[in-house]
Amino acid sequence: MDLSGANLQLDSFEELATPLFDQLYNFAHWLTQNRDEAEDLVQETYVKALKGFSSFQLGTNFRAWIYRILRNTFLTSRKGLKVTMTVPLDIDEENEGPEPTIDRDTPETFLLARSSHELLQKAIDELPVHFREILLLCEVEEMSYQEIAETLAVPIGTVMSRLSRARQTLRNQLRPQLQQEAGRRIPRGMNHGL
Amino acid sequence: MVCESWKARLDTYLDGEVPQEETRTFDVHVRNCPSCSAEALSRIQLKRAIQLAGNRFTPSAEFRKRIQQSVAPKPRRSFHLGWMLAAAAAVVLVAGTLTSTYLGNRSGRDHVFSEIADLHVATLASSSPVDVISTDRHTVKPWFQGKIPFAFNLPELQNSEFSLLGGRMTYLDQTPGAHLIYDVRKHHISVFVFQERSLPAGLSDITVEPRKLSFNMETWSQSGLRYFVIGDASGADIERLAKLFKAAS
Repeated sequence: MDLSGANLQLDSFEELATPLFDQLYNFAHWLTQNRDEAEDLVQETYVKALKGFSSFQLGTNFRAWIYRILRNTFLTSRKGLKVTMTVPLDIDEENEGPEPTIDRDTPETFLLARSSHELLQKAIDELPVHFREILLLCEVEEMSYQEIAETLAVPIGTVMSRLSRARQTLRNQLRPQLQQEAGRRIPRGMNHGL
Repeated sequence: MVCESWKARLDTYLDGEVPQEETRTFDVHVRNCPSCSAEALSRIQLKRAIQLAGNRFTPSAEFRKRIQQSVAPKPRRSFHLGWMLAAAAAVVLVAGTLTSTYLGNRSGRDHVFSEIADLHVATLASSSPVDVISTDRHTVKPWFQGKIPFAFNLPELQNSEFSLLGGRMTYLDQTPGAHLIYDVRKHHISVFVFQERSLPAGLSDITVEPRKLSFNMETWSQSGLRYFVIGDASGADIERLAKLFKAAS
């Protein structure tokens, strides 16, 4: 490839990759749960993506492509390997039964409306990585099911069932903490933060 | 029991992933079924809360710079062209040394002011201008914890005509900062707070003329932070809010 072609490619890469930097870092930090490891992961992702950019077809989904590189890099890291050894990442979840619905009278609504970030962040942190990543891709990155399927390299049916189980697990984790928190807060009076 | 089949697909519906014709049927059902609408509301709140809680980690400015440098295309010129350009640059440098600093600062400053005005307008035009909705500074201030790489103080507004509407994260020149929105006599005023060292140099402490931006704006630096107060309220209101912030910091 001539130099002008290489520079044109770098221009395109910079244009596509730079706006995703903050989101990639946030996602990497959630996966690694460590600032230094997140920085290493993002840096390695950019290096790999830049190196493999010639294989990326312009006009296709760059976001799903670079997130897939980040995730695969994580899974082959020491921490990622540890995770895959303890949690099956590609279990067939399509035959799971329907998720149970949540009780309407739980304190979830009350507390979540007041942005109980720490509680929620702790609960997300404690999710198994395959639930944590799919939940973040859907809710934080606002990816479509198709994009998530491309990123995780799984069928859409798996995306739907895994997402459903991730949400249910999160609700189950939150419920006792929220009830405990509500028990502490409610008698002291309603603090109308909203 | 009839609703169980709807509820089983409620998340898919709220994710906007059911086919269009089914979406309409869902809309009608959720609107008319108290149980499903309550469930939908609860799940929307959970989705929103996850979104807010999930945007948790911000890269350091140093790391951002490192990555930017690694992806930025390197300028490549031929040897001959390079020398010619260098010679031309030397001439321009000698001739323009005295004016370039001034012009550079002014152009950087104008760029920042114009960006601030754009951020203010774009936010107010948004359907959800704030991510943390609260009139309580003790709710809004902690919300920024872990989202921006600095802390700042919000003024006590009791006995003043200003009220806090909420806040959100914002970016200026790829630098994270805080954006607060206040109300005074039905005018909205934005207060932006950034780390001074992340912004272009030459932003002096000034009040910007309305004819230049169509808004009144005041900016100053205090304890390493750069504040911008901007809005279509009167210059006196902007100044009063700025004074409250200066006193609180």
